Amino acid sequence: MDVANFIKYILQGTVYTLGVTAVALPSGLILGTLFALLAVYGGKTLKQVMSLYSTVMRGIPPIVLLLILYFVMSGEINLSPFWAGSISLGIISSAYQMEIVRGAILSVSAGQMMAARAIGLTRMQAIINIILPQTLRNAIAPWSNEAAIIIKDSSLVYALGVPEILRRAQLIGASSGSYLPAYLTAALIYFALVFASSRLLGLLEKKLEIPANP
Amino acid sequence: MPQPILTIKKLTKIYGNNVIFRDIDLTVAEGDTIVIIGPSGTGKSTLLRCINLLTHPDGGEIWLDADEITAKGANEDLVRQHIGMVFQNFLLFNHLTALDNVKLGLTKVKHMNDKAAEAKAFEELKRVGLSDRAHHYPGQLSGGQQQRVAIARALAMDPRIMLFDEPTSALDPELIGEVLEVMRDLSKSGMTMLVVTHEMGFAREVADRIVFMEKGNIVEEGSPDDLFYRPKFERTREFLWKITELYGKKENADGPSAAEDTESNQPAAEENA
Repeated sequence: MDVANFIKYILQGTVYTLGVTAVALPSGLILGTLFALLAVYGGKTLKQVMSLYSTVMRGIPPIVLLLILYFVMSGEINLSPFWAGSISLGIISSAYQMEIVRGAILSVSAGQMMAARAIGLTRMQAIINIILPQTLRNAIAPWSNEAAIIIKDSSLVYALGVPEILRRAQLIGASSGSYLPAYLTAALIYFALVFASSRLLGLLEKKLEIPANP
Repeated sequence: MPQPILTIKKLTKIYGNNVIFRDIDLTVAEGDTIVIIGPSGTGKSTLLRCINLLTHPDGGEIWLDADEITAKGANEDLVRQHIGMVFQNFLLFNHLTALDNVKLGLTKVKHMNDKAAEAKAFEELKRVGLSDRAHHYPGQLSGGQQQRVAIARALAMDPRIMLFDEPTSALDPELIGEVLEVMRDLSKSGMTMLVVTHEMGFAREVADRIVFMEKGNIVEEGSPDDLFYRPKFERTREFLWKITELYGKKENADGPSAAEDTESNQPAAEENA
């Protein structure tokens, strides 16, 4: 097998890596934002439940959670490994993203909510129009970290047999005997993806930055 | 006597074991400008926050026109629409331009269409002299300009009464004037205002009544002249002149000079002796 085909074979896994990320990252964000809102604005019980969720989810290795969730989902709902793996990663990520968004909400001053209520906005209107737009801007920088983690953790679905980058590297390494070049190629692709995503999110952060005098 | 806009009866606020104020009575008639003064920690700000229900009193009643807004089941969001609030730290929405800050309540709360809301928001900015800053973000405005936008934002809701919580305390001295000028104009235009401030020059010129609060009680209230020159309590006189000395000395030059002269000359006389 020539070098071009060797690389191409591994590179084809990128579609799965990006696919898993494209499902896991937004679903984690939606869940994480929802949980963060409950954790900050919910009643005492909700706060405790959210705190427990976050502590437990973040206290278990992602691969272990992934396997548990996968066997629940593939067994009970009969999802394909790709979907089960992606959604599982999204759920795991939701705990981390919840903490990111929670921190970002708390970094918006309490006065913003008070000022919003003072002109007659309801709590929900204030959250949607005032708190979240500022929160999500604040969250982009830490969130780009989480994006990098998800891109890298997408390699975990390898354990479920999804033919993503790492899985392919291993297969072609075994068939050709060139393990090191295979894994190095995989490493390079992951690095390029992570690098590109941080750059893109950096640009987004700049673009959404609220104008202010120096 | 016409129905007062705001009637406060036996209002009490307690945090834990700490009585912030107790049994406060106050009425504000239409078009009145009332200035509340007093040492810090006296409950002035908390009183304002109680009035627009940002904090809830532990006892007593607040009436806005003929409605008890502290009654169970009162629609708080509706109440707040009718009571404008200006904060010490401006609290503009940081991610919105000046225009959008003023406009937001009109579209989201009053459900005006975008065009009408924009026109009205622009009018309000013009009223505070900031039509040329409509598309600036709060971070691009000076403190004085931010506070004027905050005033415009509150005015846009066409409130029955405006509450000002130390509106100039967070401003650099050279920016205080522009904000006081807007408030002076507003008072002259007939807006009903309740102002917590240390600006004695403003109080003496604009207030219909000054209320002196200390340790959670209203010690004394009356016209500026009564409080400055014929106070019932020594404590009132003492506080007023101390504050005047600190904040607005030159603005008192036109007042009767007896009290002022004694105050300012005493230390010098002692030094000479």
